[in-house]
Amino acid sequence: MKRHLLEAADLDRADATLVLDTAAQIDAALAGREVKKLPTLRGRTVVNLFFEDSTRTRISFELAAKRLSADVINFSAKGSSVSKGESLKDTALTLEAMGSDAIVVRHHASGAPHRLASWVKGSVVNAGDGTHEHPTQALLDAYTIRQRLGRLEGVRVALVGDVLHSRVARSNVGLLHTLGAEVTVVAPPTLVPVGVGSWPVEVSYDLDAVLPKADVVMMLRVQAERMTASFFPSAREYSRRYGLDARRMATLPDDAIVMHPGPMNRGMEIAAEVADSVRSTIVEQVGNGVSVRMAVLYLLLGGRSE
Amino acid sequence: MASSTQPARIPGGTDAPKPGTPAAGGVLLSAGDVGRVVDRMAHQLIERAATTDPGAADGGLSALVLVGIPTRGAPLARRLAARIEAFSGTRVDVGTVDITLYRDDLRRRGVRALEPTLLPDAGIDDRLVVLVDDVLYSGRSVRAALDALRDLGRPKAVQLAVLVDRGHRELPIRADFVGKNVPTSRIQQVRVHLTEIDGTDEVLVTEGDGLGTGARSGATRGSEGEAE
Repeated sequence: MKRHLLEAADLDRADATLVLDTAAQIDAALAGREVKKLPTLRGRTVVNLFFEDSTRTRISFELAAKRLSADVINFSAKGSSVSKGESLKDTALTLEAMGSDAIVVRHHASGAPHRLASWVKGSVVNAGDGTHEHPTQALLDAYTIRQRLGRLEGVRVALVGDVLHSRVARSNVGLLHTLGAEVTVVAPPTLVPVGVGSWPVEVSYDLDAVLPKADVVMMLRVQAERMTASFFPSAREYSRRYGLDARRMATLPDDAIVMHPGPMNRGMEIAAEVADSVRSTIVEQVGNGVSVRMAVLYLLLGGRSE
Repeated sequence: MASSTQPARIPGGTDAPKPGTPAAGGVLLSAGDVGRVVDRMAHQLIERAATTDPGAADGGLSALVLVGIPTRGAPLARRLAARIEAFSGTRVDVGTVDITLYRDDLRRRGVRALEPTLLPDAGIDDRLVVLVDDVLYSGRSVRAALDALRDLGRPKAVQLAVLVDRGHRELPIRADFVGKNVPTSRIQQVRVHLTEIDGTDEVLVTEGDGLGTGARSGATRGSEGEAE
């Protein structure tokens, strides 16, 4: 494993499989236990450095670190010296001077974790940077697919929706390709990124044509907060063409699963009845997130300190 | 052999192997020896279970759980259970407990892949847990296993069974059941091979590379049980 986890490309197939296997062992070891805590990272400090709002990712990382007995410092840009104008670099150096061993960073600027990684001696974990990458989300998605379907090799995954603004999509495309899955990107042409030709994916604009051949449908959130132009005429039209409702779900193969990284816009990209159906893994994904992040923290921090 | 009578010993005190008998640089136990040693340990476990729970209909064996420490403690625990069943007719619960996340040397040795932790459905609460490992050396693996057990439940008692005790304890830990006591020097390596993992049954003592205890930190886990 590399020292940092900044993007899906940091993981080759062996490393990615190691993370998933480790998460599975941690899951099994903690299942049914009264004391859901391991002493592994006692005395290590993990800083959650969040410049952007987050519910599940921050809590998930916090829980993962605490279950491994690390000390956790939660830092959000609001209410800190960042609002007085302190730079990312100064903030990072300050945190490191206080003895942090790992920095989990979410930032609205793509590439911020890469810059951070060049300044600090500890490990940096990208918890989402702009529209770039969110590697631990891809890992937990891959883990969930493997758990439900028993394999990743040859699994056909449809990534549907706002691919343009989605760091989840970018990380998933990279990681799922590394692990042998076949990815099809489905989106309105306006929400397909320009460079998609260089991605190892198929591209389709027709959701109904893709669904009958998909083992996994991964719905992406329509990221209204990042939309600076009009990408589709209306929410209703988007929903009618690219939303997953019960009728569309019925065209999926029998054992296909429906995923969503959250937070969901119910009624927009995914209908409530689909989100709550037995095919949906949305709640499992959240639970798996803790195990996968424990595996990542263990593999990055468990070893030699220098 | 001293271990067959299980005298009361002062923990960490008098259980260091006596010098003079080591087979340096050779086969310590052949496949046949390993089989006989495992058989003897199975008999000892049956005897001890009966004294731990006197009056129990099945000789206390239903309260017994053999918990192997991966890698090689796990098949060893399964073998002991199979022999106990062959000798007594009673099925004994088996489990494994991975100690990787409980080790105190992660910072020095780096991360390693985890092994499964599997416990019987009935759990370990109020039962007699016997930890099973291949080689007892510094005692640090056993300490880690004890910590792991504490998080998994509250056994009535915990005992320790090892195939080879090579001495050089760094903690006040002793084994309750010992297959063979082997006096070694720290530069030697004790390698346990089991059919389930290595394709053959044998215990070897090899000379180390002369780096003393430092050699241990460079040793890969896997082929030698002495990686405490």
